[in-house]
Amino acid sequence: MLFRIETSAVQSLIEALRQRKYNVIGPIRRGGAIVYDQIASTNDLPKGWTDEQRPGQYRLRKGDDDRFFGFAVGPQSWKQFLFPPTLKLFSVDRNGKGFAVPTKNRESAQARPEQLAFFGVRSCELYAIAAQDKIFGSGEYRDPYYTEIRKRLFIVAVNCSTSADTCFCSSMGTGPKAKNGYDLLLTEVAANGAHFFTVEVGSPAGENIFKNVPHVPASAEESKSAELVVSKTAAGMKRSMDTSGIKELLYANSEHPEWEKVGGRCLSCANCTMVCPTCFCSTVEDTTDLSGSRATRTRTWDSCFTMAFSYIHGGSVRTSTKSRYRQWMTHKLASWIDQFGTSGCVGCGRCITWCPVGIDITDEARVIRESTSREREPQNTKEK
Amino acid sequence: MESLEAILAGHSFFRDLEQKYIHLVTGCASNVRFDAGRFIFREGEEAHQFYLLRQGKVAIEVFTPHRGHITIETLDEGSILGWSWLIPPYNWHFDARALEMTRAIALDGKCLRKKCEEDHDLGFEFLKRFAHIMEQRLASTRLQLLDIYDVHA
Amino acid sequence: MTYTHERGLETADLVLSPMIPQQFVIQRVRRETEDTFTMELEPETTSASFSFKPGQFNMVYVFGVGEIPISISGDSSEPRSLVHTTRAVGTVTKVMDKLKKGDCVGIRGPYGVPWPMDAARGKDIVIVAGGIGIAPLRPCIYAILRNRENYGKVVLLYGTRTPSDILFRDELERWRARFDLEVYVSVDRAMSGWKGSVGVVTTLIPKSPFDPHNALAMICGPEVMIRFTAMELIKRGVETNQIYVSMERNMKCGIGLCGHCQFSHYFVCKDGPVFRYTDIKENLVKWEI
Repeated sequence: MLFRIETSAVQSLIEALRQRKYNVIGPIRRGGAIVYDQIASTNDLPKGWTDEQRPGQYRLRKGDDDRFFGFAVGPQSWKQFLFPPTLKLFSVDRNGKGFAVPTKNRESAQARPEQLAFFGVRSCELYAIAAQDKIFGSGEYRDPYYTEIRKRLFIVAVNCSTSADTCFCSSMGTGPKAKNGYDLLLTEVAANGAHFFTVEVGSPAGENIFKNVPHVPASAEESKSAELVVSKTAAGMKRSMDTSGIKELLYANSEHPEWEKVGGRCLSCANCTMVCPTCFCSTVEDTTDLSGSRATRTRTWDSCFTMAFSYIHGGSVRTSTKSRYRQWMTHKLASWIDQFGTSGCVGCGRCITWCPVGIDITDEARVIRESTSREREPQNTKEK
Repeated sequence: MESLEAILAGHSFFRDLEQKYIHLVTGCASNVRFDAGRFIFREGEEAHQFYLLRQGKVAIEVFTPHRGHITIETLDEGSILGWSWLIPPYNWHFDARALEMTRAIALDGKCLRKKCEEDHDLGFEFLKRFAHIMEQRLASTRLQLLDIYDVHA
Repeated sequence: MTYTHERGLETADLVLSPMIPQQFVIQRVRRETEDTFTMELEPETTSASFSFKPGQFNMVYVFGVGEIPISISGDSSEPRSLVHTTRAVGTVTKVMDKLKKGDCVGIRGPYGVPWPMDAARGKDIVIVAGGIGIAPLRPCIYAILRNRENYGKVVLLYGTRTPSDILFRDELERWRARFDLEVYVSVDRAMSGWKGSVGVVTTLIPKSPFDPHNALAMICGPEVMIRFTAMELIKRGVETNQIYVSMERNMKCGIGLCGHCQFSHYFVCKDGPVFRYTDIKENLVKWEI
């Protein structure tokens, strides 16, 4: 059943969440971009703002209307809250010749479990969260931080009313219409002088919160306007990726000359892995305090683009930038399927926007697909 | 007691060699024995024979002023030792020393060399077989050169 | 208003994280060669035991320094004993090298796919080890010798750089003395006094006493050596799908979450480290994969 709420009711929704002790995270404008952080009211949202994105370019400008969500996705994704960039795993204290995990931390932690509400999650991002659910929450070993926070997570999704030039969720089958994985789904309609939201309830938790928000059933016309928003967004999407047989295509083309070409452009800066909502690589750092009596292990984000990523004694396995780009793209579009059953790419376009040299993953896939085997160099010939 | 001809015919090195050639080769063959520590041939000597090792172990060595005798490779029973009899200037390039008491069949290279020049079909058969051995030894030597167990990149 | 993770940090301590090590106490340290040493460990808790399968590894933690994956090199039938043999080549191992009896390390594990001991039953076994690659194969040899009647001919081919790099010398000599186990050792470079074989370990394959048509091979060593060994075994007639190899990659978690150990689509920590040769042979020859 579809409901309709006034724009003012969005404030009630945020308040209903905060009353239930949810820490509400939503889009805000900061540093010339739209990022995710704590919000307390709709005044924190980037009302009336929109973004212009191109390979290697991102700009914010004032939009033509007062839409609350009139923009695509920014440099951050929701993974920073479920899979934090830095996370202390444990501390141990020296104890004679050995060590002991201090009990103090355990007790204090029990008092404050984290409860987050994501406000304004796009369809591509729902797929990204689902992808990370698989990685961190369904293997033989699970990430306890992720599973704890994820259990308590409330998601208010939003159907995109605009797409960026770099978006390609349509062709990836991940949007723009959100299908599931949310507690509540909003669609913002701002046309012909009207401005309202339609709401779909996606779960019992969603129902529970929504009953505190003033709402009425949506009329057939309002329902149609909402559908139009989504179809317009889909139609406006210019970029696409052909994913048919892409796993076999990339596995078979590990020696394609395109890798050399894109390797020459890639700066190995790791931006793409940081903005990508599904990238999950991490590393651990072990440090001690100055007295050497307490050691702490911290987990931080890592990127397969770093030279040290594949280091074993004797050297790194992937020393060339080309091999690291190939690893990232092949993992994202091909190996991921063997590992987790889906593509690792959700078509959000962030890697294209935030690449300083504007490398376009959809373009790379196209070049490899369209070229013939005749153009491929024979295996095991090193250039130069 | 197996005859020399039967032993040669049964060895993988002479597999698929025409009977008439096996017979010819047998005419140039004799049993030899080297006690442990004895040199089979020395670097620089004229190469007139090659050996089919039947028992024991032979070290291919080279002598250097600072490091003494260095074993480059060892050969066990069943291996073929020596091809310099077939390739000019027909001199041994390394030392070969028996590490243990070694029994072998020695083949008269000087005699076979002459026969190969007279009968090119025989010559081709020998060169084919030695080319195969050299390829194997070269591949192994290359692997040794790679120093694959070393830590340094 | 900025969201910070401080609260979240402590939440992590709350749950029993698979990233928290268990303490083990060093019972004995044995110097094997100039840069290689063996640690014999016991769980700190006297009632605890440790069980693993040959071929598995642990993430071994040195207080405040770091953690690295090391294959288990001991006997899997000893519940209280945990043995690790490693080279001191990096930051963590160099500190580990200085630990003595009574010192502690942290252990997480055992992890990984083990050697195919069940599939090996009734077959001739060819074990080819290169350098420190003999360490993850030693538990395998112990397991075979404990149930010797379950296997056919057993051959160990061991190659090292020089005679001074040979590990587990005493054991090798004891094994060689057995009538039901063939041990052949070859070095790449000899020093004066070495009367054994000289040449790469692959040269030992053509004449090894096993039936290639009923053999299962297990290889561990540098990748180059694995490739050439597999090639030589196949030349001898061993079926490709009866060859198993142990791979190595950078690991930060050992449990399939950090992404470092990926080798094509495989995670070496959970899809390996033991792989069927047929599953990875195409990737073994791809550069920088």
